[in-house]
Amino acid sequence: MRDDDENPKVPNENSESSGVSRRDFLKISGISVAVPLVAGPKMVMAAGQEVPVYGPGKVPMEFAINGKNYKANLEPRVTLLDALRDQFELTGAKRVCDRAECGACTVLMDNKTVYSCSVLAIEAQHKPIATVESLMQDGKLHPVQQAFVENDGSQCGFCTPGFVVSCKAFLDKHPHPTPEDIRRGLSGNLCRCGTYDGIRKAIAHVAQKGA
Amino acid sequence: MPDYAWPDAQHRTLIGTRVTRVDSPAKVSGQAKYTYDVHRPGMLYGKVLRCPYAHAKVVSIDTSAAEKMPGVKAVHIVQGPGANIHWAGDDIVAVAAVDEPTAEDAIRAIKVKFQQLPHLVSDAEPPKGSAQEEGPLSVDAIDDMLDNQVPANQMVSTIQRDGLVKKASEDELKMLKADGATDAVLEAIGSATIHPEASSKPPSNYQKAAAQTLGEPDKAFAEADVVSEGLYGIPVITHCCLESHGSISEWTDQEHLFTHISTQNVSGIPGQMAEPLKIPATNIRVHQDNIGGGFGSKFSPDRWGIFTAEVSKKAGGKPVRVMLERDTELKVAGARPSAYARVKVAAKKDGTVVAWQSNSWGTGGPGGGGMPPIPYVFNIPNQRQEHTAIRNNIGPARAWRAPNHPQAAVLTMCALDDLAAKLNMDPVEFFGKNLNLTKQRENIYREELGIASELMGWKQKWHPRGQAPSDGMVRGVGVSFHTWGGRGHASDCDLTIHPDGSVDLKMGTQDLGTGTRTCILMVAADTLGIPMDAIQLQIGDTTYPPSGGSGGSTTIGGVTSSTRRAAVDARDALFAKVAPALSVQPDQLECVNGKVSVKGDSSHSLSWKEACSKLGAMPLTVRGKNPDKSKPPDLTNSGVGGVQMAEVEVDTDTGIVKVKKMVAVQDCGLVIDIKTAEGQCYGALIMGISYALFEEKVMDPATGRMLNADMQFYRLAGFSDIPELVVHMMTGKGYDERGVIVLGEPPVESPGAAISNEVAHAKGVRVPFLPLTPDRVLAALEQKAGA
Repeated sequence: MRDDDENPKVPNENSESSGVSRRDFLKISGISVAVPLVAGPKMVMAAGQEVPVYGPGKVPMEFAINGKNYKANLEPRVTLLDALRDQFELTGAKRVCDRAECGACTVLMDNKTVYSCSVLAIEAQHKPIATVESLMQDGKLHPVQQAFVENDGSQCGFCTPGFVVSCKAFLDKHPHPTPEDIRRGLSGNLCRCGTYDGIRKAIAHVAQKGA
Repeated sequence: MPDYAWPDAQHRTLIGTRVTRVDSPAKVSGQAKYTYDVHRPGMLYGKVLRCPYAHAKVVSIDTSAAEKMPGVKAVHIVQGPGANIHWAGDDIVAVAAVDEPTAEDAIRAIKVKFQQLPHLVSDAEPPKGSAQEEGPLSVDAIDDMLDNQVPANQMVSTIQRDGLVKKASEDELKMLKADGATDAVLEAIGSATIHPEASSKPPSNYQKAAAQTLGEPDKAFAEADVVSEGLYGIPVITHCCLESHGSISEWTDQEHLFTHISTQNVSGIPGQMAEPLKIPATNIRVHQDNIGGGFGSKFSPDRWGIFTAEVSKKAGGKPVRVMLERDTELKVAGARPSAYARVKVAAKKDGTVVAWQSNSWGTGGPGGGGMPPIPYVFNIPNQRQEHTAIRNNIGPARAWRAPNHPQAAVLTMCALDDLAAKLNMDPVEFFGKNLNLTKQRENIYREELGIASELMGWKQKWHPRGQAPSDGMVRGVGVSFHTWGGRGHASDCDLTIHPDGSVDLKMGTQDLGTGTRTCILMVAADTLGIPMDAIQLQIGDTTYPPSGGSGGSTTIGGVTSSTRRAAVDARDALFAKVAPALSVQPDQLECVNGKVSVKGDSSHSLSWKEACSKLGAMPLTVRGKNPDKSKPPDLTNSGVGGVQMAEVEVDTDTGIVKVKKMVAVQDCGLVIDIKTAEGQCYGALIMGISYALFEEKVMDPATGRMLNADMQFYRLAGFSDIPELVVHMMTGKGYDERGVIVLGEPPVESPGAAISNEVAHAKGVRVPFLPLTPDRVLAALEQKAGA
């Protein structure tokens, strides 16, 4: 086992232009040949055009999250969710299904809800991202959050941050939803404790008062 | 003797009112930290290579390539060559690396050879004559009985009759005691005959698990006016906790472990980790702020909790995180046993139920599992039951919110409902007529049945079975009854009043989202006479006084009782210090709204802060306990009843079942917080809709693997599946004075039965097995049309 993973010492000069396949990478790693761990893109010709290829090592990335800039060296296969949670300590979005089925990882990207477990971090660069942590302003809960509290919209609370972000985005778009709108609009989030009744009341509460 | 009893309604300020959950703001803002969110400095990421086969022997393991990979810090063989693996997804090798991608690559670089062995993953009806007779018991079998709430005297007689496979060790006895074994049971285990030959016999997949007869069933069936026979069942489902199982472990020195773990049993974890790690339990600190769901599946550190600590040791003590991936969570980290039965029930013409006979079977995975308590709730005078446990390779079962009761409710209530239909009786009238069979809870059920009928509008909605007006969509209503034992678990807490007036309360319990924090604070604040936010509550750490695991719905009883005793003692000790300043005897003082004053004379008073300053330099700490026979009364009790009704709509063209309305009427003794109590019932109804209509762990007979180990095909109820829900908590006379009993589990017991019954009512045909999926509904309709 080697200890050089955090501080790569060998720059990426001698790789072939086609890049290193995952299989090659494994082979190389297996025989302890140093591979670059942070590198810029390599340009390859594909369909008559020059296309940048990132990785397989770590790539410097930059993000705009909750109005702040964040930087990290990450492999291209890292998801936005894992970057938020493991690199930037933004753990409101949860990893549950890890494949766009449950909504616990919901964040806003370009002001639209996305399942951050199914967005690659490298593709989320420079796009405005808002997580549940951004909703509280000056220590005060957002009206949607306040309605969740008052209407008991959480139990264990693991699905709650994803639900809060989804509900906020939904109400921004449908300030006066019908019950049918709510059923359809929030079907992308799942809860195991069964807090849907409280969430339903919370949405009705905000819709009535106006967020 | 101070008065520890719960104050009556006139003397309560918070208990029994609607209080908003105190931890909600942290949860809605994303600030609440769960085990999965813990990021320790220098933390390594663990991944596990798992066996792809349902039954196999490990032949060889080659980890050399993984060990050489940059960033890999530890490789640990969990089950080495020669190990027998009994379910797909079991742990073989664990690795820890600097990040998750590297750990994943390392797993792919490990080569393991398995020898595949024959497997069984089916829980279909056992072939005739296949079941092995009951033999000597294992400790596991006795533990199963405890889980299933088998009465102590029955356990004693079974142990005396069958003997044991081997002598129980001291640790096993300790474990059984912790799981609720009474002294009589432990004594029976100690004096039981040992049959060492039994453990060498290869066990059959099918084992007779219970056979009992009560009264004279043959005579009763022969003399009955109406006999109804049917097949009913409920499959294996998984817990699907949204926060998967797992932990982060680090060695603070050679001998001391610090573990963050997702658990329902904070105080109980060190004792379970000590022996495998060969360090004293006192050297293990466990911490958890919040847990993302447990439902009965998170009492143990599990094998992965142990090897996470071992991997950390190999990595020089660095923190190592192992949280299960979603597919693994569904495959191995929790399943509710299945239960199926051929049931025959008989009644007199007037609807009086006289006899029950059931041949049941089901699987709890490799352990087999026990018989659900059938017939459920209704103590039918003449009964005969036989149960066969199926041991198979689907992965281990775990306690699932009210172990065995949802199964029992389906098998019993569906059979009785079919009997009512055969009698041409309205089920409410039929069940009402037989409520005397529920013995001591008859009055509670009768009152609840009346309220539920009103809330459902049962009279307007009920029609004789199958006579629903139909235009492709038919509606029906169903009813079910349930019960649960409960009582408060052992719980200690320390309540400290500081001379500056601040108050803290420490307890090694956990809040599963059931409102535990809120209820503790309500009781403490109500008793001390100060606002809830004046008390700092700290839970979730083994440095606090131990409190029991959150199982059997015993948490609220336990934590509120210890809190009440601590708060009464602390208040009285404070009054003793304050009394001279107000020139009265301590028992003449009261504290209301943060003001300590002479009873009946509010002009003689001190603010809370002034009063606390009389403590002098040292804070005042008192220990509250439950149970505590020296400080009566028992503040908890046992035994609750609930009634649920459901209304459904069935599309006879597509077979799709939609629940339109559900009503839950629930007794839980004294309700501490009505708001979170209702939340438990709403949640239970929704969970019930989920398992009634969608949930099933589907196993592939060919490969032995779970086919739907993700959240798309293992479907949970979503927003669009939730109907109108009505919850009514029973309170006041007949309920409050019984003390705190239970709530988390009972309301999830009935929905399956109630929904199945309503579908039967709507369509005039029984869909025998849950979940009521469109294919099953259409098949039942076709069978009826062809009959």
